[in-house]
Amino acid sequence: MSEGEIVASFVVPVHPHTVLAPDQNPGWKRLREAFDQAAQTIRELDADLIVVYSTTWPSVIGHQIQSDPNPEWVMVDHDFHDLGSIPYSFNIDQKFAHAWDEANKARGLQSRCVNYKGFPIDVGSVVALTLLNPDNKIPAVIVSSNVYANRSETTVMAKACLDVIKAQGKKVVAVTAMSLSNRMFTDFIEPSEDKIHSLKDHEWNQKILEFLRQGRLEDVGQLSRTIQQQIRVQKVVAFKPMWWLSAMNGNRNDLTGNVMAYEAIHGAGGAVVHLDPTPSGVGDKEYDEEDIEYFHGERGVLDAAEEIQAEELTPASNQNSGPELWEPTEREGSVNTDSAPKPVGAYPHARRVGNMLYLSGVGPRQPGTNAIPGGPIHDENGEPLNYDIKAQTHAVVENVRRVVEEAGGTMNQVVDVTTFLIDMKRDFSGYNEVWAETLGKVGPTRTTLAIDALPTPIAVEMKVIVHLGE
Amino acid sequence: MGKGKIVAGCLAPHPPHLVYAENPPQNEPTAEGGWEQLRWGYERLRASLADVEYDAIVVLSPHWQTYVGTHFLGLPHFEGLSVDPVFPNLFRYHYDLNIDVDLTKAIHNEAQASGLSVKLMENPDFRVDYGTIVTGHMFNPSWDKPMVVISSNRSSQYYSVEVMQDMMIELGKVTRKAIEESGKRVVVIASNSLSHRHFTTESEVPEDMSKEHITSHAMHLWDMRMIDYMVKGQSQRILDEMPEFTEQAIAESDGGAFSWLLSTLNVPDYPAILHGYGTIIGTGNAIVEWPCHAHEEGDE
Repeated sequence: MSEGEIVASFVVPVHPHTVLAPDQNPGWKRLREAFDQAAQTIRELDADLIVVYSTTWPSVIGHQIQSDPNPEWVMVDHDFHDLGSIPYSFNIDQKFAHAWDEANKARGLQSRCVNYKGFPIDVGSVVALTLLNPDNKIPAVIVSSNVYANRSETTVMAKACLDVIKAQGKKVVAVTAMSLSNRMFTDFIEPSEDKIHSLKDHEWNQKILEFLRQGRLEDVGQLSRTIQQQIRVQKVVAFKPMWWLSAMNGNRNDLTGNVMAYEAIHGAGGAVVHLDPTPSGVGDKEYDEEDIEYFHGERGVLDAAEEIQAEELTPASNQNSGPELWEPTEREGSVNTDSAPKPVGAYPHARRVGNMLYLSGVGPRQPGTNAIPGGPIHDENGEPLNYDIKAQTHAVVENVRRVVEEAGGTMNQVVDVTTFLIDMKRDFSGYNEVWAETLGKVGPTRTTLAIDALPTPIAVEMKVIVHLGE
Repeated sequence: MGKGKIVAGCLAPHPPHLVYAENPPQNEPTAEGGWEQLRWGYERLRASLADVEYDAIVVLSPHWQTYVGTHFLGLPHFEGLSVDPVFPNLFRYHYDLNIDVDLTKAIHNEAQASGLSVKLMENPDFRVDYGTIVTGHMFNPSWDKPMVVISSNRSSQYYSVEVMQDMMIELGKVTRKAIEESGKRVVVIASNSLSHRHFTTESEVPEDMSKEHITSHAMHLWDMRMIDYMVKGQSQRILDEMPEFTEQAIAESDGGAFSWLLSTLNVPDYPAILHGYGTIIGTGNAIVEWPCHAHEEGDE
C-alpha cells in the first residue's frame, strides 16, 4: 500500500450559479470553466478520495461527517431557488468516514457520522461534488463546519483526517467550499449587474489570492481572523476553512498556487484555486500558534467532572526519539494492519490460533504519525510531563478495535483484557471511566496491573484476547 | 368582507427535541419522553386557543435563512421529508402542509409596496425548513390550517440588530395591514428560542433530563428579564433592549421573528400569557401567547 498523501487542494465557491446558470453571466461562466478544468486535473491525478470541508454545513455538536454511502435528493438553495433544482447522488467513502470519526475522537474531538436518508446535503458540498466529480467515480467524504470550533479544534480535526489518509494509504484531494468575501447584495439584481460587493472586499480578495497564487496558504490561515472581520458577514461561522486546509497541507507556505478564476456571485467573492503540494521554493513558514495535536477545549458542558486544563498538558508528540520501529512479523496466523501503530520489536499485531485471536500489547500511539493522544508521560530528557490518561485509554481502545477488525472480528468478541498502568494511583480512575464507556459495555474479564515502565512514553497498554466465534 | 384580524400572537420555539419527545407518527426517531415542561406549555397554548376560530397561521422561522430579501412560500402545497442537519438523530419528519397563497401574496405585495425586498418561493422541490415544521407541528399537530411561511432575512448579520429590527418592524406593520385587508382571522407566530447558547456535546440518551439546564446564569437572567417584560405588557422595552439581548444572550431573536411578531401585534401593552419555559440543550425557550382577541378594539 502506498503512503497516503494530499495530492491537491482546491478552494471553490459555494453558490449554485455555476451549476444552474453559468450562461447568464460571463463571470459565472468563467468560474464554471475553472471548475471543469479542476475536475480534469483531479481525474489526471488519479485521486482515491475527495474530502470536502463545507462552510455551508454548520454543526453544533462537534463536527459531523457524512457517511451515507449514497446520499440522494434534490437540493434547492434557500436564496436562489428561482435558478432551479440540483438533483444529486453521491458516492461516499463510508469506511473512511467512520475511520475519520474514530480518529477525531482519539484526538479528543466531539464527532459523529450522519447516515440518514434524506439528510439535506448543503449547497456548498452539492456544488463542489457535482462539478469536481461529475461522474462520481471518485469516492468523497464531507465534513461540517462547527460553529463553535476555534483554530485548535479545526486544526486537530484536519490532523485526524491525515491520520486516516496515512493509515489507509489514500491519494486525497482536499476541497474547501467557501466564498472569499461573502457579503452579497441584499437586494435582487440582474445577472448582468453582478460585481464584487465593494471595492474594499475586492481589494481584500486580491490580497488573499495573491498569497494563494504564491502558495502561501498558512499566511492566509494566519490572517483568517482579520479577514473575517474585514470582508465577512459577522455570523457565527468564521473564516475557518483556511485553518483546515492549511493544516491538511502541513501549515505550509511553499505550495504551488494557481488562481484559476475569481469572479463575483451576487456580490460575494468566488474563486477556484488549485494548490499543488509541490514546493514552490518561495514562502517562509510563519506559524506562531501552538501546533496542537490533541483537543482539550470546552466540550464537557454536560459533565461536572474536573477537566485537565489545556495549558497544563503537553501536546502529543511525534515519538521519533523512542525505540526503533519494526515491521510486524508475518508468521502463520499473524494479523497485521497499517491502521495500527508499528511494533517496537519483532512481533505481529496479533496472532490467530483457531478461533482465538491473541493481540500483542496495544498502546495509544497513532499509526503513521506515532503521536500519543493525550501527550507523552515524559520528554526526551526523561523529565515528567502532564498527560491525559483518558485520551490515551481511548486511543488504546481504538487501536485494539483496528486490529480486531483487521482479523474479521468485532469488539463484542473481546473476552479477556490485561491492562498495564505506569501510575495506578494517578491514572486508575480516568482509565476506569473510559473502560466503562467502551470495553466495559462489551464485558470481557479484566486484570489491571501497575508496572514500572513501558517501552515508549505511554501510560497505559492492554493485552487482549478475542474469541472470533465459529 | 369584514375586516380581518389577528386573533393571537405566539412565541413558539422550534427545537426538534420537542417533536422527537412527542413520538408523532410523522417522525422516524422515537424517544422516551423529555422536555415535558415545554411540551406541557404547548398543550396549554393549544388549549388556550381551542375555542378561538381562525383561518390561517403566519409563521416566521429563523431556519429559512435568506440573505437576499425576505421570501415567502408561494405554492399551495408542500410535502416531503425534513431532516434537521444539526440533530438528524432526533428529527426526520414527513411533513404535509398547505399554504394560504392568497394571504401570502397579500403580505408579499404589501411588503414590496413598502420598499422591502421580497420574493415568492415557487420551486416545488424546495424543502420547508425544520423550524417551520417543528413549530407547525407543536402548535397545530393536525395540520388543518393553511400557513403563510416567511423566511428570516439575516440583516442582523449583514448590518446590525438595529437595522434588522427596523426592517422587521416594517414587515410587521405590512403583515398586519395585509391581514386586516384580507378579512381573515389569523394567528401570527415567531418561531424562535430566547437565549441560544447550545451545549456542544449531547448526552448518550438525548432525552436524559438530568443533563438539561440553562447554559449559564447570565442566559437565565436575560431570559427572565424578557419574560418579565412580556407578562407585564412591556413590549416596547423588549424592542428597546433587543440589541443588547440579542448580542449578550446570543439570542435567536437575531433572526428577526421576535421583533416582527411584536410589530405585527402593534407592540402590545397588555400582558402576555406565559404557558411554559424550559431549556433545550442549554438554550432558553418560552411559549408565550398574546391573546389579542381579548384585548384589541373591535373584538367580540
